[in-house]
Amino acid sequence: MGNWLANHWLSVLFLVSWLGLNIFMFVYAFLKYETSEKYYYTREILGTALAFARASAFCLNFNSMMILIPVCRNLLSFLRGTCSFCNRTLRKPLDHNLIFHKLVAYMICIFTAIHVIAHLFNFERYSRSHQAMDGSLASVLSSLSHHEKEGDSWLNPIQSPNTTVLYATFTSVAGLTGVIATTALVLMVTSAMEFIRRNYFELFWYTHHLFIVYIICLGIHGLGGIVRGQTEKSMGESHPYNCSSSFLEWDKHEWSCTRPHFVGHPPESWKWILAPITLYIFERMLRFYRSQQKVVITKVVLHPSKVLELQMRKRGFSMEVGQYIFVNCPSISFLEWHPFTLTSAPEEEFFSIHIRAAGDWTDNLIRTFEQQHSPMPRIEVDGPFGTVSEDVFQYEVAVLVGAGIGVTPFASILKSIWYKFQRADNKLKTQKIYFYWICRETGAFAWFNNLLNSLEQEMEALGKMDFLNYRLFLTGWDSNIAGHAALNFDKATDILTGLKQKTSFGRPMWDNEFSRIAAAHPKSVVGVFLCGPRSLAKSLRKCCQRYSSLDPRKVQFYFNKETF
Amino acid sequence: MGQIEWAMWANEQALASGLILITGGIVATAGRFTQWYFGAYSIAAGVLICLLEYPRGKRKKGSTMERCGQKYLTTVVKLFGPLTRNYYVRAVLHFLLSVPAGFLLATILGTVCLVIASVIYLLAAIRGEQWTPIEPKPKERPQVGGTIKQPPTNPPARPPVEVRKKPSVDEEEAASAGGPQVNPIPVTDEVV
Repeated sequence: MGNWLANHWLSVLFLVSWLGLNIFMFVYAFLKYETSEKYYYTREILGTALAFARASAFCLNFNSMMILIPVCRNLLSFLRGTCSFCNRTLRKPLDHNLIFHKLVAYMICIFTAIHVIAHLFNFERYSRSHQAMDGSLASVLSSLSHHEKEGDSWLNPIQSPNTTVLYATFTSVAGLTGVIATTALVLMVTSAMEFIRRNYFELFWYTHHLFIVYIICLGIHGLGGIVRGQTEKSMGESHPYNCSSSFLEWDKHEWSCTRPHFVGHPPESWKWILAPITLYIFERMLRFYRSQQKVVITKVVLHPSKVLELQMRKRGFSMEVGQYIFVNCPSISFLEWHPFTLTSAPEEEFFSIHIRAAGDWTDNLIRTFEQQHSPMPRIEVDGPFGTVSEDVFQYEVAVLVGAGIGVTPFASILKSIWYKFQRADNKLKTQKIYFYWICRETGAFAWFNNLLNSLEQEMEALGKMDFLNYRLFLTGWDSNIAGHAALNFDKATDILTGLKQKTSFGRPMWDNEFSRIAAAHPKSVVGVFLCGPRSLAKSLRKCCQRYSSLDPRKVQFYFNKETF
Repeated sequence: MGQIEWAMWANEQALASGLILITGGIVATAGRFTQWYFGAYSIAAGVLICLLEYPRGKRKKGSTMERCGQKYLTTVVKLFGPLTRNYYVRAVLHFLLSVPAGFLLATILGTVCLVIASVIYLLAAIRGEQWTPIEPKPKERPQVGGTIKQPPTNPPARPPVEVRKKPSVDEEEAASAGGPQVNPIPVTDEVV
């Protein structure tokens, strides 16, 4: 627990402040509407539901502002770049932007529920007080609209006893936009459920654009001025504390209290969301501009196991290790952008991605390139965007774990190491790398094989065989493969991969590995990087916490997970 | 978008609509709003919808994540056979269930969301999708070494005399250069 806190204190601080702000804003607005004299008469009809509705609206404005910011990738990338002098703990929260986006979304859902329920009560009470002919203060207030000489001075939006709440809702700006915005919100949430998002990504992506509807409806939601409070002038003439008990005498000319006048609360949502909308529009324009720049495909390689490698060049493109780009292919789908990790090193003249067939879009892309039409399909690229892998060279010892196709960011890192070695780069802080690749089937090894082969030879030539210590794990083995391996035990190279390092079968025993590393590097800071499934992240995180010594001078394991 | 199974999204949407109907119904009934009996209806309809939609159907391709504890409801939903398997039936059912809730403001949001779910189910039905229950996999205990029994006490039966007299070409090649079998890997006899 202590280790986790040390790694994540900035994120925790950020979340606690955000939650604290929400609570503070809710309580502040609640108290304001519950105790303010301006809304005394309004409260006569509505009760506490007014305060609940307004407080949740205040928080909704705040959260709707916050939700657009974590998805401005380019802005976050810029912040990350500017913070390159900050230490790694400060930059980590920027990687959790999607988690924050989801948290804010949940908060919006909660406050929407409170807001809607409170307004249901409000409308019901307005309707009842209009129909009640018992001469109470509430019914007198409700009938205020009938006197035209005071002009627009009504309190109750329901003007006649025949108006149902349904009619009132759908004929007012606030009601109609409220229903539309909430429906859009529900659709966005149901299509963003993990199950739908992971398996039917395009559905999620297209439906999520309903946020435009939500934002527009939010902006015009307050236009009707339905929330009404007494005007300053009216409060000066007949303050509710003095006059509320004598409401039956308001119409009498001699009486000091006159009928109160009300004015609607002006819309304020737009003030909150204007800045993030501008930022987001700017972000989308930037993405579009970057995508319009010409991308030249220099090489296409089709690897076994349906893995497509695209090597490309683009003017002004510069990357760091482990970054990712968004790729769009207009001939397959005009609007879809899909993320891919870059598998090339920054030192190379091109940038490359390896695409595996994992759904509609990727299948189509691979098929298009397989068919080798003479003008190659146009590719648009946006990025690169930064992830945690950039930190790998700042750790003395790095443990890299890639599961299946999750090895791709590490391909970029290993290649970069190769180039740095060739140039004898002194800035390389890393002294030792432990690389674990866990894979189900042998076919997927092929393209990575060559890389590891050349690295092996390179290390041998430079006499630094122990810089890179890698182990490959084949989890989808059967007795045939195991039999083969057993038979060829004596051979110098592995039968499956042709590499010097033998393939292991099954999953790694992390406790053994971590204790070995901790014993070999008792005083180092070890960075553990994973690109793989959540269950693996859990076990690695536990091992990191278990094997980090409590003494900060001794071995420390820091866990970093890649997420898309 | 060719591989989208609309029913999966319709299922999520219908489940959410059920919850919204229940919430709206509770508000209307507890607050004794005008025509609150529509609220009571909403609660009942919402519960029915949630029970029907909770067990997730099986995806056509790939593995499906079950919802927590859904196997009990799966057995119940399976009992209705074509009524629950067919998505046309579900689309019509949801549409009909949503209509009475449309008369009350507290539940109108549930109506709108349920109508949308009904439309998506209709789309799924037109594309020929069906609800398939997720069956629990029969627990196969891997018989480790189940086929390894006692080593045979008798040597394999000798082939008939005629075959013995004329060994085939294959057998000659496969036979080692006379003498006993040489194991490529040293084998230790682990007799307990």
